Amino acid sequence: MNLLESVKMAIKSIKSNKLRAFLTMLGIIIGISSVITLVAVGQGSSQSVTEEIGSLGTNLLTLSVTDTESVQLNLDQLEHFDDLSGISEVAPISSERVMAKKGDNSIQVSITGTTSPYLSIRDLSLSAGRFISDIENELRQKIVVLGSDTASTLFPNTNPIGENIQINGVSFKVVGVLESVGSSLGTSGDNVIIAPLSTTQRVTKNTTINTLYLSAENEEMINRAKFQVQGVMTTLFPNSSDSYAVSSQDDLMETMSSVTDTMTLMLGGIASISLLVGGIGVMNIMLVSVSERTKEIGIRKAIGANRKSILLQFLIEAVVLSMIGGLIGVVSGLGIAKLIGIFSSLSISFSPSVTILAFVFSFAIGIIFGVFPANKASKLNPIQALRQE
Amino acid sequence: MVQLAQVVQEEVDSNMTKPIIEINHLSKSYELGGETVHALQEVSLQINEGDFLSIIGPSGSGKSTFMNMLGCLDKPDTGEYLLDGKNVTTMKDHELAVIRNVKIGFIFQNFNLLNKYTALENVELPLVYRGISVKERRDTAIECLEMVGLGDRQYHLPTQLSGGQQQRVAIARALAGNPSVLLADEPTGALDSKTGKEVLKLLKELNEKGHIIILITHDLEVARKAKRVVRIQDGQLFENGGDWLEPAGIRQNGH
Repeated sequence: MNLLESVKMAIKSIKSNKLRAFLTMLGIIIGISSVITLVAVGQGSSQSVTEEIGSLGTNLLTLSVTDTESVQLNLDQLEHFDDLSGISEVAPISSERVMAKKGDNSIQVSITGTTSPYLSIRDLSLSAGRFISDIENELRQKIVVLGSDTASTLFPNTNPIGENIQINGVSFKVVGVLESVGSSLGTSGDNVIIAPLSTTQRVTKNTTINTLYLSAENEEMINRAKFQVQGVMTTLFPNSSDSYAVSSQDDLMETMSSVTDTMTLMLGGIASISLLVGGIGVMNIMLVSVSERTKEIGIRKAIGANRKSILLQFLIEAVVLSMIGGLIGVVSGLGIAKLIGIFSSLSISFSPSVTILAFVFSFAIGIIFGVFPANKASKLNPIQALRQE
Repeated sequence: MVQLAQVVQEEVDSNMTKPIIEINHLSKSYELGGETVHALQEVSLQINEGDFLSIIGPSGSGKSTFMNMLGCLDKPDTGEYLLDGKNVTTMKDHELAVIRNVKIGFIFQNFNLLNKYTALENVELPLVYRGISVKERRDTAIECLEMVGLGDRQYHLPTQLSGGQQQRVAIARALAGNPSVLLADEPTGALDSKTGKEVLKLLKELNEKGHIIILITHDLEVARKAKRVVRIQDGQLFENGGDWLEPAGIRQNGH
């Protein structure tokens, strides 16, 4: 008796009890499709986060000061960073929430006081006008560059270039508007005002520099540059290493991806449990099937089926059952994930390896949970099996 | 001594028709509700080529056990069972499966057809387990169905057939493997007397074609159709030499 024959026999017997077969498969279908859907959602969000971080530029280093009391950076100290061999540009940031106003339109925004390298370090571009220059910073010019959302809120119908806006009651001239960058990690990059550092510090009455953006010479230098920056900080502010942190985009990416990976793993784990439950369902039905078909097994044995053929028959039945379930599960999982991608803001990323793995898993479930009932069937005593009604 | 016995046996073999089944001092007992039942005690029997043998006995006499032995479904406790010269009692499970598949055709009282399979598929089944190609076994199965007069019922399910037709499908299934022995356990038990007679006639025809028929029954009328009749009572076998109508006579003549 060959394998093809056994498969035909299995399909025949599954066909003869379609409703039961479907209900048995349902566990596997739900399990497989939830694994695929949840992993697609998890990986989709992980991928979109990675892409966002990557879009910020991979040679960006961020020095964030967490305790501005013990670490007070000033402009003169920035030269130490600029002199480092691994660093090409430095942009200090002093940011604060302010009220911006133009006529009847007003908006709460974050003002970013910085210097001219900011534009290139953050990889931003202008849609109109120009960026702030070093000389304007030195001369404390009251000029601003608006983020695209800020510009459209304050100037719904007019060109903002050359116009004046009020920030905390002080008049600033708009010299440029940034290209939209979209929202990143929950904060909108378009809802900003960028002004010279000196002017900002005066308007907000705050001289702290809470962030430094540094750009490494190139991607390969990023780790060296990071150590150099840490070295400078240790010299400038000894014994206060807890008050600041230097991180590269890689670090951020690692943190984020470890978070999303954990999430994916958890979702996958939950789905796998439902797959396991589905497998137990298959075993349950196969056991019922064996005891229901005791007589059939007896007849088959009487006309010459050996233990192996009976074992194979029931095993293949379980495998076919769970593989059909797996196949339906894969298709419906991909379908559901696709629908989620279309009808919600979640991004979806299909993983071929997880899809194949899920399918192979359904095969394995068929074998694992089919062996016990099949073995039970094959061991039946033909005389007793025949006697049963 | 042993050698001499062998020589004698061989001489006997060459003089007589060749025994296909040779049973020597077969015993079987089993536990039932804490009691040991001696279902078969020292049973010996020879069945030769071309035999049409019926085994009669009341229920509980051990004839079902004996049939299971003959059909290689069960193994004896002691004794020897030679089928075509091969000792069946020492065979392993998978070897017995082959024997059942090739040498023996079962015909049951309640037909024992697979209800989800068509008549043709039921008849094909022994050949499926033998590993015969689809085309070849289909042809053989059709041939067997035609032989029992059901050539036009190939695609009917057992539930769509009458009892007599079902039994004929079962006979066709038993024939499909072209076994030397057909083992019929109360083949007419579930049929009315007219169809029962037809089935017996069919068995008789098959016997004339060279199959050994072993008919197990409790019905004397049915048993009378056979060439040889043996009687099982309380686990012991008696061959009566034809004078089966009087049970007392059986005891005197048997053994």
